[in-house]
Amino acid sequence: MAHDHPHDHDHAHQPHPFQPDLEEQPLTHYQVMTQAVGDLLIEKGVFSAEELRAMLEAIDAKSPAAGARMVARAWVDADFKARMLEDVNKAAAELGIDAGGIPIRAVENTGEVHNVIVCTLCSCYPRLLIGLPPDWYKSRSYRSRTVREPRKVLAEFGTTIPEDVEVRVHDSTADLRYMVLPARPAGTEGWDEEALADLVSRDCMIGVTLPKSPGV
Amino acid sequence: MSARFAVGDSVTVRAAFPPGHVRTPFFVRGKTGRVTRVLGPYRNPEELAYGRSGEPALPLYRVLFRTAELWDDYAGAPGDTTVVDIYENWLEGP
Repeated sequence: MAHDHPHDHDHAHQPHPFQPDLEEQPLTHYQVMTQAVGDLLIEKGVFSAEELRAMLEAIDAKSPAAGARMVARAWVDADFKARMLEDVNKAAAELGIDAGGIPIRAVENTGEVHNVIVCTLCSCYPRLLIGLPPDWYKSRSYRSRTVREPRKVLAEFGTTIPEDVEVRVHDSTADLRYMVLPARPAGTEGWDEEALADLVSRDCMIGVTLPKSPGV
Repeated sequence: MSARFAVGDSVTVRAAFPPGHVRTPFFVRGKTGRVTRVLGPYRNPEELAYGRSGEPALPLYRVLFRTAELWDDYAGAPGDTTVVDIYENWLEGP
């Protein structure tokens, strides 16, 4: 920045560290390609800039709340749970939730099995049901270590699974997406669905934590 | 295409290392597991990745492995398991 005010004061002009804006980083190959393809599709009239913006807004607006509603319903309705374990997308439609066209399956935590989801090859994730994935889910560290030393990874999330409970890691390598149906916490007998859904976090539907306990 | 394997079948993942886009993780290649679900036909991602049709579709399976058999020095519990979705062209019978 230009420094042209009169020097009648003696403050020291020490440069201070600052965080560069994103725009100051060099663009990566894929950023350039993404921008170029987007611009071309708009220019050719495949979709408009407004349609692109609206789609991004819709994707950003997805949240774990939809998944949490499904989990709460499954906890109070055994028939719904059975349908959800068979086909999450169909069960979601029953609750007026659009889980998209990519098939999603739920895997159930029980007293014998604790499930955790990872995508070692990229970052597959049931976005339309539980929102955008956290950055750590996409990290090389989570993706490589969860298959290699799942109990250590879970412990870093504060989750200790007893040795006699099977830790089952699901690697979403192909056309399906997975979510965990956590076990209903003790002490929630008689709770309504809304109160139950509040106990269900994004992370417990990935399987790195358990649902909150009542009163915590 | 009808599925060659059924739930409960023992299957071994081919120990192949072809170049290009492959969706079978390295850590299960050459390993033996058990089919827990037949997911149905899905277009071949190794073809789709190059703009081809991916047809004929391939049966896709959920295959469960004992995690201790995937990693020599696995430090978790002996009962721990890993489930991977694998296309039929990567699987061999016993």
